[in-house]
Amino acid sequence: MEIFLQQLINGVTLGSIYGLIAIGYTMVFGIIGMVNFAHGDIFMLSTFIALILFLALTQILGVSSVALSFVLAMVAAMALTSLWSYMLERLAYRRLRKSFRLAPLISAIGASIFLSNLVYVLQGPRNRPAPSLFDAVIKVTHGGGYDVTLSAKQILIVLVTALLLAAFWVVVQKTPLGRAQRACAQDMRMAALLGIDVDRTISFTFVIGGALAAVAGVLYILYYGVVNSGDGFIPGVKAFTAAVLGGIGSLPGAVVGGLLIGLIETFWAAYISSDYKDVAAFSILAATLVFMPSGLFGRPDVEKV
Amino acid sequence: MSKRCEPPATFAPAPEASPLRDRLRSALIGAAKAAGVALGLAFPLLAYRTETDFSNALVLQERWAAVAAIALAAFVVRLICLLIPGRTKAASSPRRRRAEFAAIVARSRRLISAAGLASLIAFPLVVLVLLGPARSLKWIDSYGIQILIYMTLGWGLNIVVGLAGLLDLGYVAFYAVGAYSYALLSTNFGWSFWASLPIAGLLAALWGVALGFPVLRLRGDYLAIVTLAFGEIIRIVLTNWTDLTNGEAGVSSIPRVSFFGLPFIAGPEGFAAHFGLAYSPIYRVIFLFYLALALALLTNFVTLRLRRMPLGRAWEALREDEIACRSLGINTVAVKLAAFALGALVGGLAGAVFAARQGFVSPSSFTFIESATILAIVVLGGAGSQLGVALAALFIIGGSELLRELDWLQHIVGEGFDPTQYRMLIIGFALIVIMNWKPRGLIANRTPSVFLAEPRLAAPALAEEGRV
Repeated sequence: MEIFLQQLINGVTLGSIYGLIAIGYTMVFGIIGMVNFAHGDIFMLSTFIALILFLALTQILGVSSVALSFVLAMVAAMALTSLWSYMLERLAYRRLRKSFRLAPLISAIGASIFLSNLVYVLQGPRNRPAPSLFDAVIKVTHGGGYDVTLSAKQILIVLVTALLLAAFWVVVQKTPLGRAQRACAQDMRMAALLGIDVDRTISFTFVIGGALAAVAGVLYILYYGVVNSGDGFIPGVKAFTAAVLGGIGSLPGAVVGGLLIGLIETFWAAYISSDYKDVAAFSILAATLVFMPSGLFGRPDVEKV
Repeated sequence: MSKRCEPPATFAPAPEASPLRDRLRSALIGAAKAAGVALGLAFPLLAYRTETDFSNALVLQERWAAVAAIALAAFVVRLICLLIPGRTKAASSPRRRRAEFAAIVARSRRLISAAGLASLIAFPLVVLVLLGPARSLKWIDSYGIQILIYMTLGWGLNIVVGLAGLLDLGYVAFYAVGAYSYALLSTNFGWSFWASLPIAGLLAALWGVALGFPVLRLRGDYLAIVTLAFGEIIRIVLTNWTDLTNGEAGVSSIPRVSFFGLPFIAGPEGFAAHFGLAYSPIYRVIFLFYLALALALLTNFVTLRLRRMPLGRAWEALREDEIACRSLGINTVAVKLAAFALGALVGGLAGAVFAARQGFVSPSSFTFIESATILAIVVLGGAGSQLGVALAALFIIGGSELLRELDWLQHIVGEGFDPTQYRMLIIGFALIVIMNWKPRGLIANRTPSVFLAEPRLAAPALAEEGRV
């Protein structure tokens, strides 16, 4: 029971990170119908940006407050990652919107390889250890010779995720930009006829996705304490699995899917086999696409002639 | 990356007083914006490099000069782009020019193919004569055989991607099945290469059918993702099933290929002694080269023949319009499955040759990057074009091998500069550029292999742009 509780806590923490990345996948798919394969690498890029900014703030500028540097690094990383995400769409995807169906996906694969190798070249191949922050640990219960703990990091991760999702929800539901975004997702041509600037709306989608991925990146490196230029691929695929599981195109679906994937992964690792924990995510991805392509909350996909 | 290089549209006719000054001003503003964006992108990643110090904590190294250079480069390139007027469309008819170019390529295609084939056959002998046995080993092995293996893989994947139009991101799985089949059969049961080769191909084809059957009704991008997942699952299983595959350490001391039973060894029973030659490892490598060449040519031959058969025509039709195919009564699942199985078969055969060449296989040879490299060969060469794929394999694999030769650049650029790091960076960049600039690949071929009358010019010309 204690182990179960501990895994539940770990799973929810991991799931919040996946959920944040998954929103980027699901929004882009919802609006232009492409799998933004490079989104996982945008996420990885953001962890490096945040790490470097944090180090620059504490070491070079000499900011003594850890919390302040953390918040500043996170906000700046959100802005800069958004710029990367925006430029990705502008240079690699925009011209391909009217091309044949697989063209954007192939371009996205190219972008993914490019970004991960760019970081590899610029920052070197080895794992980067992050300074460890917020190390406080709370003991929740004790039983069977096993402590169930809840770390300050985990509380922070879940809190930040919840806060951002709420803010994101308000942006999508209440602001004109969010309304335009939903309109384009429903019917891009009609939205354009009604005077919505489709290019700008799509850019906005990529910016939001990049910002959320940056938050996920900051939380990821806070949680794991280490990052590598190849770390975009597996979390990216898992987040994409979360988006598919929740129903691609559905925003609540992405969050629920993220939590589910986080929980499944931690429980699988704890009870079945930690060697095969990535197989769990990949199998769920394949099974969902084959048997339930519209996911939990998605609309069924009708291919029109 | 290609930027749009046209002057900003003006609605009112520009005032006559100073059109040049206005243009210069807007170009300068645009260039400044580009420089700003480049600064923003380069700022933390390029400006600081994280290094671990002796206590394993991170410290930052500054590289501001590089950031300034990038920003300056962005400024200059954008400025030039904005100042040079875009080509006026009326001046020449690009479609007609392109059609003429296509006609020239089509006429010379046969010539290029024949020349390519002749040079491939002559390659090991020429290298041997020019460089002598010791120095030609590297050229025949890491250039010749490796390029041929990738050419085979490219042609195999071309059946799936180029002909049938199914994007397979897990192609390396079949390559792995083939390589491991030969490795395990030979090390555990002492099977020879020739006995294992068909088994390796058949097992890979079986996997192709088994994995393909449940997923082939999915739409294009979902299919791509599922094949990616399968590829990764096979790699993870190979890594973790240590009883069978020896895990991350891989299977080593795989027996080398023999000359139809005559082993390439130094002893009196060896190939060299039998033919009265002095022993040298070069004979084995040359034999393997011709083996890989034969396999590649077989793949090419089968593909070219199949394209004229009903199955190949069904593939081409399927690539263009699946719904129309179904309405015409083509069994799309069977047709797709055939493409998948044939592609997997080729991948498996190539895998066996790969295992025989290396004498060692491990899961790290079968990562997603490998799939992406093969995909890049197909996409760059032009999906559906046999010649294009062959040339792309030559460029990509030969190019990445050449990068290893650029050690001398260390003296210019600085110590620790490793050109091979840039290999995947370039491949990724090339994929983006090709998709944006020539989405059908460098040598596009979407004209049907078989048609009733002369094809009309308009259709392939439009198709080449990827618009249809």
